[in-house]
Amino acid sequence: MKIAILALQGAFAEHEQMFRKLGTETTLIRNLDDFNSNVNKSPSSGVGWSRVVIPGGESTAMMRIMKDLGLFAPLRQAILGGMPVFGTCAGLIMLDKAHLDVMDIKAKRNAYGRQLGSFNAKADFKGIGEVPMTFIRAPYIMEAGPEVEILASVDGKAVAARQKNMLVTAFHPELTDDTRIHQMFVDMVANSR
Amino acid sequence: MEDRTILNRQLAQMLKGGVIMDVTTPEQARIAEAAGACAVMALERIPADIRAAGGVSRMSDPKMIKGIQEAVTIPVMAKCRIGHFAEAQILEAIEIDYIDESEVLSPADDVYHINKRNFKVPFVCGAKDLGEALRRINEGATMIRTKGEPGTGDIIQAVRHMRMMQSEIRRLVSMAEDELYEAAKQLQVPYELVLYVHQNGKLPVVNFAAGGVATPADAALMMQLGAEGVFVGSGIFKSGNPEKRAQAIVKAVTNYNNPTILAELSEDLGEAMVGINESEIELLMAERGK
Repeated sequence: MKIAILALQGAFAEHEQMFRKLGTETTLIRNLDDFNSNVNKSPSSGVGWSRVVIPGGESTAMMRIMKDLGLFAPLRQAILGGMPVFGTCAGLIMLDKAHLDVMDIKAKRNAYGRQLGSFNAKADFKGIGEVPMTFIRAPYIMEAGPEVEILASVDGKAVAARQKNMLVTAFHPELTDDTRIHQMFVDMVANSR
Repeated sequence: MEDRTILNRQLAQMLKGGVIMDVTTPEQARIAEAAGACAVMALERIPADIRAAGGVSRMSDPKMIKGIQEAVTIPVMAKCRIGHFAEAQILEAIEIDYIDESEVLSPADDVYHINKRNFKVPFVCGAKDLGEALRRINEGATMIRTKGEPGTGDIIQAVRHMRMMQSEIRRLVSMAEDELYEAAKQLQVPYELVLYVHQNGKLPVVNFAAGGVATPADAALMMQLGAEGVFVGSGIFKSGNPEKRAQAIVKAVTNYNNPTILAELSEDLGEAMVGINESEIELLMAERGK
């Protein structure tokens, strides 16, 4: 089990540490060569770094770098092909219909306002129980299609969801000591279609 | 530690691997955002112009800052003078995402920095060495950057400051625990912060490079020296092709360890800012606030 973390900008090192705690090997994807040599496009063959994490950071910055470095299309294709992907905060935004357009959700960016609106919460996460949640200039999910399962809500807003091979959180599990959501991603079967 | 302090440190963590660009107009802010900036610093005059104009340099007009807040969705930072807590209160009132208590502006207090723990909004501060960095963190700063020498386009001071900080960090790491009390005394900082650096081999907050970055190579140099991201002030909008240069520096920070990509990025950028050599500077901003 190996996990590739998109390292274009943002808090990718924090995800590395979480997976290290779980004893899972990771690699960083900074460009197309990294992607091609590390991410296997057909996960069913069982070799290569066949799952990807899109970390928190600035989605506009990551989208720009992703497009300029030619990563947009191959990443999108791999996800549509069933490669498990885990997006946190900016990662959630990037998987939505307005960005990579792979998940049937619409994210509301900076949904809680500027930095003064950043906050911590605790809420139930489906299949796990109560988890600590850190929201930094966070989005929430404002629309979700019928195939999307909402996994957690805070104040009536959906903040975590899953659709087939895609897992997203509006908060940052990588900033807490709780590894259970990362474990959930590790456990997601390679081709969940 | 208070929740708010932790959340503020965590916002800085989200900026890592990114470029924070100085902008003076909503239009420049949009160019910066489109180029992939992870945040913008709103100010009336970029450091090179502050240097050229001389005189007292102050916090920018809140209206101008609000114009930039409305123009972009990425975090917006703004500068206040060292020790000028009233300017900081004003910036907090307009819900700025980060305040830079900056030596680029004329200091308002030559003894005291702002007690940043009194604020809900986060602060970034400049530092030339580990002692300065830890003193600012003790005052409540949740992000550190090298001072470098703003508005010069000369990287030498940023390099000096980053190398100094990293070597002092390595020195603390290698010390025996009994030696840390004396180190705290020499650095003029609390023991707990020294212990943190000793145990973790890094600052307790994110550490960016700033002051003199003008090219993708400069940005890559600072990242390889241990910076976690880069501020670019005058380097972008004082150059021949700001848009292209901004994009190139953003990608250089992502791929700072990949000379092949850096070579491509460095091609055809047009003219870099002219710059001033260290020896030609009359005003050393880095000497403000220690």
